[in-house]
Amino acid sequence: MKALAAFWRRFRQNRPAVGGAVVLALVVLVAAGGPALYGVDPFDMVGRPFQPPFSGSPWLGTDVSGRDILAGLVHGASVSLAIGLIATLAATALGVTFGALAGYHGGWIDEVLMRITDFFLTIPSFVLAVVLVAIFSPTTASVTAAIAIVSWPSVARLVRGEFITQRSREYVQACHAMGMRDREIIFLQILPNALPPVVVVASLMVATAILTESGLSFLGLSDPNVVSWGYMIGVARSSLRTAWWMVAIPGVAIVITVLAINLVGEGLNDALNPRLKQR
Amino acid sequence: MSARPLLEVRDLAMHYPAGGGWPQPRRHVHALDGVSFELGAGETVAVVGESGCGKSTLGRCIVRLVEPTAGEVTLEGQALSELDAGALRAVRQKMQIVFQDPYASLNPRRTIFQSVADPLRVGGVADAGQRRERAAATLEQVGLGAEFMERHPHELSGGQRQRVAIARAIAMRPKLVVCDEPVSSLDVSIQAQVINLLKKLQRELGMAYLFITHDLKLVPHMANRVLVMYLGEVVESAPAHLLEERRLHPYSQALFSAAPVADPAVAAVRRRIVLKGEVPSPMNPPPGCRFHTRCPYRQPRCSDEAPALRPVLGRLVRCHFAGDAGFPPEPA
Amino acid sequence: MSALLELRGMSVEFLTSQGVLRAVDGLSFSVEAGETVALVGESGCGKSTAALALLRLIPSPPGRISAGQVLFDGRDLLALPDADMRAVRGGEIAMVFQDPAMYLNPVHTIGRQIGEVLRLHKGLGREAAQREAVELLGLVGVPAPAERVREYPHNLSGGMRQRVMIAMALACRPRLLIADEPTTALDVTVQAQVLELIRELKQRFGMAVLLITHDLGVVAETADRVVVMYAGRKVEEGPVAELFRDPRHPYTRGLTEAASWNLRGDGTFAEIAGTVPSPLALPPGCSFAPRCGRAIGRCRTERPVSVEFSARRNAECFLAGAAP
Repeated sequence: MKALAAFWRRFRQNRPAVGGAVVLALVVLVAAGGPALYGVDPFDMVGRPFQPPFSGSPWLGTDVSGRDILAGLVHGASVSLAIGLIATLAATALGVTFGALAGYHGGWIDEVLMRITDFFLTIPSFVLAVVLVAIFSPTTASVTAAIAIVSWPSVARLVRGEFITQRSREYVQACHAMGMRDREIIFLQILPNALPPVVVVASLMVATAILTESGLSFLGLSDPNVVSWGYMIGVARSSLRTAWWMVAIPGVAIVITVLAINLVGEGLNDALNPRLKQR
Repeated sequence: MSARPLLEVRDLAMHYPAGGGWPQPRRHVHALDGVSFELGAGETVAVVGESGCGKSTLGRCIVRLVEPTAGEVTLEGQALSELDAGALRAVRQKMQIVFQDPYASLNPRRTIFQSVADPLRVGGVADAGQRRERAAATLEQVGLGAEFMERHPHELSGGQRQRVAIARAIAMRPKLVVCDEPVSSLDVSIQAQVINLLKKLQRELGMAYLFITHDLKLVPHMANRVLVMYLGEVVESAPAHLLEERRLHPYSQALFSAAPVADPAVAAVRRRIVLKGEVPSPMNPPPGCRFHTRCPYRQPRCSDEAPALRPVLGRLVRCHFAGDAGFPPEPA
Repeated sequence: MSALLELRGMSVEFLTSQGVLRAVDGLSFSVEAGETVALVGESGCGKSTAALALLRLIPSPPGRISAGQVLFDGRDLLALPDADMRAVRGGEIAMVFQDPAMYLNPVHTIGRQIGEVLRLHKGLGREAAQREAVELLGLVGVPAPAERVREYPHNLSGGMRQRVMIAMALACRPRLLIADEPTTALDVTVQAQVLELIRELKQRFGMAVLLITHDLGVVAETADRVVVMYAGRKVEEGPVAELFRDPRHPYTRGLTEAASWNLRGDGTFAEIAGTVPSPLALPPGCSFAPRCGRAIGRCRTERPVSVEFSARRNAECFLAGAAP
């Protein structure tokens, strides 16, 4: 509890981070409660297409097919956040496992695991995501999986580096000396020390995941049954010069969310930085 | 009851591979070579020497944090190299180690209680209540009250952290504790606190200590016997009081002479031996006697023939001329 | 005769997230030409901070010299313009640090680094600087200096690196050498070599030395006078023999007893109980009172004043005058 209070105090001192957290909280609220409060189905045609925003109902205008843009924003929020979060969680779990085992054991285990990781790192991640989604036909699940698959290698590298640093530390040697099993050393002793940078990277990864999903949607590789912000930008792509709001509004939503996540991530980095390190 | 000593070390050697490799011959760091000695229950043997002498490696080989490349370590009659992983894990309860750096030897993310309870849990104390009791009792023994249990290492001073490290080491009542420079990182006034604690614990629990240090001043009142090491070899092995009176190996002599004495009256009159040159690289130990490159008394024989560790005047010395009348001469 | 270096009431403060931290509090002492003064104390006592402060090397913010004067040959260093201060640093007062590996640039040869001092202060050209660097290396006992001058710090051992630092410090024949724990990171036999070197050079060039250390053995062997610090303040000062023989402050007494490693009657070593207080939470009255075996009520409420026994022999303790 004391650690939590100390962490919050440090986080609080970083104004931009707190600002980001507030914005992020708002986005989460919209994603969670929005569809219930604003019950318009984003796929419904609610009026004439190409209606500009701020000129009556619907408030943010309509898109190329006459669908309500505000509804799209509200429903898209939960899609973007959900995909971002789940993909990141999966990537982190996979990356931590690979990295921990490789970094702790070294030797041939490290070689094998790292060659696999390198394979994924050498292929440009967005291109690989496109290929994966194209192969497994676009659904929310395949998009999430593809993003997770292209994201885990950087987590693995990071965790491996942390484990390599920590495994020669004297507290780990003391664990060996008392006969502690490897499993316990990895998860109970070293992992809590290796996690802070991972938390920061993971939080930033959510932002990247949202961007990737938007990119995929823009290219038409998103679940056709789901409205996401990227999808909205994608369908409006050819009308960019005449109906700028159809691209700009979801675009701004993406920018704000990603910026908020980045600020929070930086704040986490500063706040989680161990003062626990040496004097 | 076996009459064998608690710890027997025979011809221990540790060579680390370091560089080279095809097509050049692989080079090795000769961290330890041919080290042999015994340690009885409740005894303290001090190992002294400077950096590169192998004393830390010796400590780590004994508690099996590293596998020696040759030689044998036997604890209570069991040869460590013959044990499988499970048996070794059991034997580990009997030998523990305290490290030099109190800031690195505790897990920064675990509370003091957790750090001291870890060996209890690993050692088979399954009941959480029992672990808590024993951890509290052990912390009490090292002079830390219950209020320290829920703190983290960064809230403690260096001396307090070192006490926690000691508590962790003695939690399972080992027979042998390797103390690797346990007070070198601490302030002088705290060093005495920790040394007094180690002595008290030894009286109460009957543990044997392998006391590794570069600070000679600690040795006379801590140790029964002393091993002086240079470049991976033992050059002199003697009961502490004999070594205090007189050193028979030129390196021991220089080492004692170089150690500053905290008494200006003595410092003003004593003659110091200042060795020339630096410690040679352990990757390339000098031929013959490893000390001959810096020895003020070297002879041609010293670079040709490596001296063996032989008994001289109640101790073991690795020098061709030890035991000769008036050798080594006291500084003029 | 006025002193070469005189600190008058110097205080150094740091602005931290938890308030103002006073690392050095009203420090006053002097160093005469040609003498070795040891500034002694344990970690956190402020001795290193004081040394950096007198050369104005404390980063500001967050630190600042909040009070006092530093008189070098009569001039107040704290009031000098930057350009003049740069001339003093390296030219008249040189400093050697604890860990040469950290203070030598790993990507420049040692010849170049020594030469840099010569070019900055003596205006020598590159070749002249290089030649003199070779001479300096010889002076500090580096074998084969002409070859060594082209090597990089990582090619050298700890003792050699420290000699290089000393060579850099001596390049301009400074009148005062500040050595901050110069041998703490070295092996005992190498330490003996380096201390011997400093002693020789000091005699040869008539330098004064301000030696900062926590090792009382080094103090006993090299210092003429000693200044003992605790929690940012000077607690005792005096000639080395007298200080060891007859310490007047309980902390000094505790230190000298602990450092002697003599066994007491009950078979234990003399220790000082407790720990150094955090500079952010200093106890009221005498900072040492919580750990002092002889503290009286007054010690815990009033800060003691310095008792002068004779010139440059003093102790800051209410009980200093009394017999031990």
